[in-house]
Amino acid sequence: MNDNMNDNILEIRDLVVEYRTDEAIIHAVNGVNLVVKRGETLGLVGETGAGKTTIAKSILRILPTPPSKICGGEIVFDGEDLMQKSESAMRKIRGEKIAMIFQDPMTALNPIERIGAQISEAIAQHNKIKRYEAENRASDMLEMVGIPMERYNEYPHQFSGGMKQRVVIAMALACNPTLLIADEPTTALDVTIQAQVLEIMQSLKERLGTSVIMITHDLGVVANCCSSVAVIYAGEIVEYGSAVQVFDFPTHPYTIGLFGSLPKLNSTEPRLKPITGLMPDPANLPTGCSFYERCPDAKEQCSGSKPAMVEIEAGHFVKCFRDGGGE
Amino acid sequence: MNDKKLKKKKSRFAETWRRLKKNKIAVVSLFIIFLIILAAILAPILAPYPYDLQDYSAAFSRSSKEHPLGTDRLGRDVLSRLLYGARQSLQIGLFSTTFAAAIGILVGAIAGFYGGWTDNLIMRILDVYQGIPMFLLTVTLAAVLGPSLRNAIIAIAISSISGYARLMRASILTVREMEYVEAATAINVRSARIIRKHIIPNAISPLIVSITMSLGSSVLAGAGLSFIGLGVQPPIPEWGAMISDARNFLRGQMYLSMYPGLCVMITVLSFNLLGDGLRDALDPRQKT
Amino acid sequence: MIPIILGITLVVAIFIQIAPGDPARIKIGNEATEEEYQALRDEMGLDDPFFVRYFRFLGNALRGDFGKSFYNSRPVMAEIFQRFRYTIVIALLSVTLAVLVGVPLGIFAATHQYTIMDNAAIALALVCVSMPSFFFALLMIRFFALTLGILPPSGITTWQGWILPTLSLALGFAATITRQMRSNMLEVIRQDYITTARSKGLSEFKIRYKHALKNAIIPIIMIVGGIFGMALGGAMIAEIIFSVPGLGQYTLGGLTGRDYPIVQGSTFFMSVIFSVIMLLIDLGFAFIDPRIRSQFARRRKRERVS
Repeated sequence: MNDNMNDNILEIRDLVVEYRTDEAIIHAVNGVNLVVKRGETLGLVGETGAGKTTIAKSILRILPTPPSKICGGEIVFDGEDLMQKSESAMRKIRGEKIAMIFQDPMTALNPIERIGAQISEAIAQHNKIKRYEAENRASDMLEMVGIPMERYNEYPHQFSGGMKQRVVIAMALACNPTLLIADEPTTALDVTIQAQVLEIMQSLKERLGTSVIMITHDLGVVANCCSSVAVIYAGEIVEYGSAVQVFDFPTHPYTIGLFGSLPKLNSTEPRLKPITGLMPDPANLPTGCSFYERCPDAKEQCSGSKPAMVEIEAGHFVKCFRDGGGE
Repeated sequence: MNDKKLKKKKSRFAETWRRLKKNKIAVVSLFIIFLIILAAILAPILAPYPYDLQDYSAAFSRSSKEHPLGTDRLGRDVLSRLLYGARQSLQIGLFSTTFAAAIGILVGAIAGFYGGWTDNLIMRILDVYQGIPMFLLTVTLAAVLGPSLRNAIIAIAISSISGYARLMRASILTVREMEYVEAATAINVRSARIIRKHIIPNAISPLIVSITMSLGSSVLAGAGLSFIGLGVQPPIPEWGAMISDARNFLRGQMYLSMYPGLCVMITVLSFNLLGDGLRDALDPRQKT
Repeated sequence: MIPIILGITLVVAIFIQIAPGDPARIKIGNEATEEEYQALRDEMGLDDPFFVRYFRFLGNALRGDFGKSFYNSRPVMAEIFQRFRYTIVIALLSVTLAVLVGVPLGIFAATHQYTIMDNAAIALALVCVSMPSFFFALLMIRFFALTLGILPPSGITTWQGWILPTLSLALGFAATITRQMRSNMLEVIRQDYITTARSKGLSEFKIRYKHALKNAIIPIIMIVGGIFGMALGGAMIAEIIFSVPGLGQYTLGGLTGRDYPIVQGSTFFMSVIFSVIMLLIDLGFAFIDPRIRSQFARRRKRERVS
């Protein structure tokens, strides 16, 4: 892996994150390995509560501590381990090198600050430039996401949800970051607005050459814009590969289940096949495969021990005994 | 369905209680409140003397075997008066809060649930109430009704109604917006049932906290009224009145104001601590 | 605002109507003949119907005349103006002091959450909230006036005279504001937009004092309004303890002596002051919170259209 270091903008190795409350320890992320190649868009797919947002916030180290705690692992960004960095060094990376778009644009903007000021603030933070220059760049960014710069001095409540998300995108891309983490950027929006927002992100990404982690539970979004896909279940990556590999040859039973619960236009099947059951309680994870209880192919072996990640073809990894995870 | 509901309700209460028990400070304050209530009930048994027994020869005596906390200017036993005083303070706290909460919740529920002109009328009346500074309203009512324990309770209760009414109304408006209540209305569930099954359970947490807190503040208001002579009348002992009595003896007999002052403070503090504890226990997300 | 003040005068008039006690009898004493007594009642206007008396009060009040005290015949308005400065100064000083102490202390506690300092701050605030102001006043008199002898125990003849009355009121208010400020701050820190600010790489200082503080302080402004009302009412106790010739003392005298012109005049006056303060606070709100500002703007637009 070391020789292609320069191709990988981000490598996460064995990341473990827990939330500790009075009542229990919640195992949110359990040994996640992920690679984001320079310039690519990685889709991180999973149900609500699978640990997607926790991974994203771990990369920026903005998890609220306590209750959360990063218990182990490395997050190597551009050849440097972010876990080893001081808080002030992290501040220089946040917003400047790695930026994040949040799920709910309704709450992601400070309600009593002008949106222009919220964008230029990020620019001024990372560049030694005059105030008006930062403001000019902020209004350029607004224009780029399709908001007329006359609205620079308006407040968040004067914008609709889709427009707010554009503001958030402008804010995230204002410093031209190397890596953009988009945490379900379209989930809170209307379907028609979703497409617009994705399109804006896509075109900006191409223009600025940004690498993107697209967190979503919407496979349609992944199909639209991702070049590789990681499927996460109960805080573990269960399948990883290029978009083509995962979409055309889904291998892990959970991934297959995800596709089975999607409606297909050319399908003759009368009903969708949902995955039965619920994700295991992250405070009380099973000892074996975490998908064991819901898996249609579960064997005795699966309840006793965890399968290992296996490369079933070049660049396509699966964590299942069925595919040789026992060796 | 009914069984399930019952179980859920019970478990919610049990859950709150379990969390409250973990909070040492809240448990201690609950225990202190329990002791104060016990002292008030058992005052005739616990008190070494009748509260109004005067003994001029023993006036201003310091603590001694006969008078553990000393005597006041008329030679009355301070400990006995403090024990009996707990009765007045607790009565003011409990009764005024109960009345205010009952009326306030009802009024707020009517306003919130029916909306329209009913709501408008009630809110305007509450506006008028809140336009008068609260303590001024209490004092005016107490003075107009004439000073006595009963009237102090009425005065404090009336002046704190609007807080509950607003709280209840706001809770209802919030819950009413929620989809499951809309859903219930859509399937034609009767109003009374909606109130009972959906609105009350959701409004109850802030109300419980608010009621606990205002037990403390009504004890304070009651002591304040008695201090300025508009509350409980002598010779019945009341902590605020005792402090007022002791005003002229600050140099030599500081203990005369110290003991009742501490009694008021500890009582109010216990209610406030319990309220804080309840708030944390009812809403763990709020825990700070 | 005007309907509220009218409502308040009506409520007070009703209180007076139902109050037991006969001011004429109090004034004239028991020895007077029935005729003398009746003449006095007529003169005081006590036998006029309720609404006649109410509108007479209103009409006179609008012309700046609150009538004369039943007992010493001094004009109530003049008396109120003379006494009011004491009350308003004590109220303003104590509220200002409470804000100046409570807001920073609340921020401090919130930003040092889980530390001993935070626990000490909340414990102290809770004790102070639970302390009766009159008890605290007596403790201060004992310590500062009697033991140390550095402050006067009563009366306002020098500037030092203001200190103890102000402090006695400010203590509880400061503690209330501290508690509220702390919990607002902790609540705001959890909001998504704070995470956004953090993800932009802003320093903790900017996050706290630029983004969090402004949002956390908005509800405090509302509370300050309520506290000001409490100060106007609570000043009465401080005035009695420290023998300050203020409005509270005057009102209490009027209430206990059934001197109705005093009661009506001073409650009317205090309510007007309170309403003006609340109005100023609403305006302040709109000044700080853009969401409310645009609500105002929308309403104004709608009014212009209709």
